[in-house]
Amino acid sequence: MSTFPLLLALIVVPAAGAAAVAALPRGRDRLAKQVALAISLLVLLLAVLATVAFDTGGPRFQLTSSVTWIADFGVSFALGVDGIALVMLLLIGVLVPVVLLASWDDPLPAHRSMRSYLAWLLLLEAMMVGVFAATDVFLFYVFFEAMLVPMYFLIGSFGGPRRQYAAMKFFLYSLLGGLVMLASVIGLYVVSNSQLGQGTFAFDALRQLDIDPGVQKLLFLGFFIAFAIKAPLVPFHTWLPDAGAEAPIGGAVLLVGVLDKVGTFGFLRYCLPLFPDASRDLAPWVLVLAVAGVLYAALLAMGQSDMKRLVSYTSIAHFGFIALGIFAFTTEGATGAVLYMVNHGISTGLLFLVVGMLIARGGSRHIRDYGGIATKAPLLAGVFLLAGLASLSLPGTNNFASELLVLIGSFPTRPVFTILATTGIILAALYILLWYQRTMHGPPRGVLMADDPAGDGTPAPDPGGAGATAVAVAPARSRTLRVQDLSGREIAVVAPLVALIIGLGVYPQPLIDLVRPAVQATMDDVGSDPGGITPSTTDAGTEGTN
Amino acid sequence: MSETLPASGLLASSWLLIALPLAGAAVLLLGGRRTDRWGHLLGTATVVAAFVVGLLCTVQLAGLEQRSVDVDLFTFLQTGSLDVRAGLLFDPLSAVFVLLITGVGALIHVYSIGYMAHDPARRRFFAYLNLFVAAMLLLVLGDNYVALYVGWEGVGLASYLLIAFWYTRPAAATAAKKAFIMNRVGDVGLALAIFLMFAQLGTVSYAGVFGSVGLLAGGTVTAIGLLLLLGACGKSGQFPLQAWLPDAMEGPTPVSALIHAATMVTAGVYLIARSAPIFDATPAARTVVLVIGALTLMIGAIAGCAYDDIKKVLAYSTVSQIGYMFLAVGLGPVGYAAGIAHLLSHGFFKAGLFLGAGSVMHAMDDETDMRRFGALAGKVPVTFATFGLGYLALIGFPFLSGYYTKDAIIEAAFDRGGVSGWLLGGVAVLGAGLTAFYMTRLMLMTFFGRARWRDGAHPHESPPVMTAPMVLLAVGSVAAGFLLVQVFPLADWLAPVFGEPEEAAHVVAPLTIGVVLTLVMLLGAAAAWLFVGRREVPVTAPARVSPVVRAARNALYADTVNESLFMRPGMWLTRALVFVDNRGVDGVVNGAAAALGGSSSRLGRAQTGFVRSYALGMLGGAVILAGALVAVTAG
Repeated sequence: MSTFPLLLALIVVPAAGAAAVAALPRGRDRLAKQVALAISLLVLLLAVLATVAFDTGGPRFQLTSSVTWIADFGVSFALGVDGIALVMLLLIGVLVPVVLLASWDDPLPAHRSMRSYLAWLLLLEAMMVGVFAATDVFLFYVFFEAMLVPMYFLIGSFGGPRRQYAAMKFFLYSLLGGLVMLASVIGLYVVSNSQLGQGTFAFDALRQLDIDPGVQKLLFLGFFIAFAIKAPLVPFHTWLPDAGAEAPIGGAVLLVGVLDKVGTFGFLRYCLPLFPDASRDLAPWVLVLAVAGVLYAALLAMGQSDMKRLVSYTSIAHFGFIALGIFAFTTEGATGAVLYMVNHGISTGLLFLVVGMLIARGGSRHIRDYGGIATKAPLLAGVFLLAGLASLSLPGTNNFASELLVLIGSFPTRPVFTILATTGIILAALYILLWYQRTMHGPPRGVLMADDPAGDGTPAPDPGGAGATAVAVAPARSRTLRVQDLSGREIAVVAPLVALIIGLGVYPQPLIDLVRPAVQATMDDVGSDPGGITPSTTDAGTEGTN
Repeated sequence: MSETLPASGLLASSWLLIALPLAGAAVLLLGGRRTDRWGHLLGTATVVAAFVVGLLCTVQLAGLEQRSVDVDLFTFLQTGSLDVRAGLLFDPLSAVFVLLITGVGALIHVYSIGYMAHDPARRRFFAYLNLFVAAMLLLVLGDNYVALYVGWEGVGLASYLLIAFWYTRPAAATAAKKAFIMNRVGDVGLALAIFLMFAQLGTVSYAGVFGSVGLLAGGTVTAIGLLLLLGACGKSGQFPLQAWLPDAMEGPTPVSALIHAATMVTAGVYLIARSAPIFDATPAARTVVLVIGALTLMIGAIAGCAYDDIKKVLAYSTVSQIGYMFLAVGLGPVGYAAGIAHLLSHGFFKAGLFLGAGSVMHAMDDETDMRRFGALAGKVPVTFATFGLGYLALIGFPFLSGYYTKDAIIEAAFDRGGVSGWLLGGVAVLGAGLTAFYMTRLMLMTFFGRARWRDGAHPHESPPVMTAPMVLLAVGSVAAGFLLVQVFPLADWLAPVFGEPEEAAHVVAPLTIGVVLTLVMLLGAAAAWLFVGRREVPVTAPARVSPVVRAARNALYADTVNESLFMRPGMWLTRALVFVDNRGVDGVVNGAAAALGGSSSRLGRAQTGFVRSYALGMLGGAVILAGALVAVTAG
């Protein structure tokens, strides 16, 4: 294994890139874009190198490096990845260049520069890498909070019409979560101090602690609430539809695709291993929230008219599946949850990107302003359908493997919750196909009709997203659709994600092999059955026959 | 159940069966307009090639001592104790389906070359058809339930894409969505069955599950059986999930022939037959299969009598005939082979009938209303002849396919004995009468009587590329039953899967059943002649009809029930929840925020305050942290 500090480089490179892009002179937007893309591709390369260097048969944390930071309080700048963190780094590495390329021609709100947009994106990348690579709980907390800043500016400065409101909401929720987590971080330190005679924030040391169950519950709740806000579980979710809807598309992809996964990652990395007793005791309550989210958010997704809100609600439903897989405490379910985190980032990322492309053409976020797009833009419609099918976990797409593992893994220990969640697959088909039919099928209509800018009283009252300024009122002449199919750049944006959706759909095992040791270690910490199966003596499941 | 051996020879390459049409679909979809000129030929060639491979594989299988081979491809999902492999099982049952799918599939691909000749999106059509064939082959070839599920949803996707092929028509788009959703309801059942197998047995492979099904408690087996049945009902359009199938006729007619008649909709029958060891262990679930089959065969037959749309009549006929197949496999070991035999002969004659209907539509400018047909026998002679043979095969005319295969099912039903045997047999006989009625009505309204064509109709016979497949299917319709029952008994071929056929003690003599069935068939046909053959057919359907006819025209109100029970309440619930989420859940939060910061509107407008308050929050947090750390270290 090389001694090159790969993980440190994964943080420093995008951070330095952000500084460099920000320092470019005004008016050099094109150069800024090229530099940012090159930096993000370098990060991807580093992430791939990290994967190559990672030995699945080796110790849990690899590529480790540790520098004492605040010696008095036992804080170190300690980095290291297990398989779970590693696949998240890969996801970041893939998504950021895609997002940069997708934002290439985005019209920005007035008085905002492309340079600062790109700089915030790269800084966000650096912070996200840090949050997954930290093996010191205090360092994790620092990245967890610092990550908010670039995202706050991405939403608040570059978002849609209600960006200020959305950014504030995002910020308030996150702040609240961060503060409760901070209390628990301190609590952990206190406990470690009393048990080890010396306070520490090192994850591996904290994992060995034997914490009183009552204290565990309190500390668990601090972390849990922060994570349940981040990967929103009902009822902590109402910030996400606003943030997802108002964020620029690139920001939305990273927000839902990666940043929210810090929550589910946190469940696995911190809640389960550090507080195993509390996790087991409180699991039924978490599962109630998870399954409620699967069904509630899916129904809400169906009722949305704003496409970006719709995608945000589908994500809340998907986070419910992930939480189910984690809190069922089986290897199969937790493996599925980790796969779900990656796959959801890819498929929902693609879905958001396609929505962005649609909005860039029509200037409206509303479903009712579109119709019959497939006639004129078959490629766009095809990619949209594929992203949608991945979102409803059709076999052959990447999400199927994760959803199957989550459900089949959770069923043995939690049959009732699993049966309820399984009915969510009907709702997923409904919200995707209803949406697809309304926008892509049928005769051409809506804002894309050249002579019908006002439609039938629907002049896109709330145009938003990145495409808001792209709307031009066309002269009323022909009744042809003026939508263009995907451009070469757009094809380059979607192609890697399309390839991943199908590739990981057909052959998901390599991803499983990567994460399995870490999942197994987590399950051992929380004390699941080694095999994951508890053949029940009763007829579990007879109640679910219809 | 015989031993399964690793495959050798060509059988080891049976993955080609799936890979060929899949590659065809990929080339046609990714190749874009470049492939427009020859795409249909490639699409047809891959399926013909798959048929040849399938035939050779079957020949090799027939020569083996152990007629069951497994092809292990790669690890699909392996974690914890779950081990799902991508593997294929080639045995007599899958061989039969492979030949049906690729054989009938190839004919329908050829037919489509002509039928879709003038459609600008013909390439896309062949891509979807190829995708369907690949998914359907995976469904019947997979050696475990997850592989079956992948194929199962794959054919659902192909069906969705093909029903919505003419997606600018709102009716087609809606029908496609409806089909997918109703199928997904069934899929939940299938998925839960698989979860239950894994939870109880730790495996999802056929070999593993069937080998240890005896260890399960009775209630668990019944639960698995009923969940599988729910899946089967969704895919096969059986009660209570039958309402999507007639709507699926919005797709191009070759699709109706291949997917919604000959192959995909029979996947439910395959699922039950394949899961025979499970159903053998649960008489309770088998009884439910029987009831569903009997109920659906009547629902389909009744609705078939009342529709005027030629494709919808054929669709309800399919619903009804699959009901017969469910009835057969619900009877257990005595019925499996009979059910599969009827599935095969139905595959021939129903595909032929649909292709014939397509040819008639082709001749009549895509008209489907039989009240606008009439007197077409002389105008489209080949279509008339082939359709006529399919018709005779379907109604069970002596010595044609349907006669043998339906007869076998009805015999087996009576052989069950007791009240239930007489009841099921009686329903099946009654259904046969209704079948003769609606099909004769269809024949008379379409080919005989006075021409009631719309202005400008110039019926003409279809080109040979379309009629040739119809002729071949007509030959199959005539001969399949005789061959499968008398010459090469299917029951013997399938014995390695279902066990040796036993000579049943007949409750009613087979000859008696044959005679009674023939009489009932003639009675049904005569009744149809009385209603539509003897008198003039009005071009608009009579409005003042009895409640019975009205109910039949509404397919016994299945859609009405679905709408008032699920769709409308679902919409209300969704709307209510959106309101709650915006006003309630979010309102509480906003209210709290407002209480903290003054008024929510002011907060909403405040633009510079956040960074400051954020910095303040961070500072506050840092102070608390520092204080705590100091306190702890000091203490």
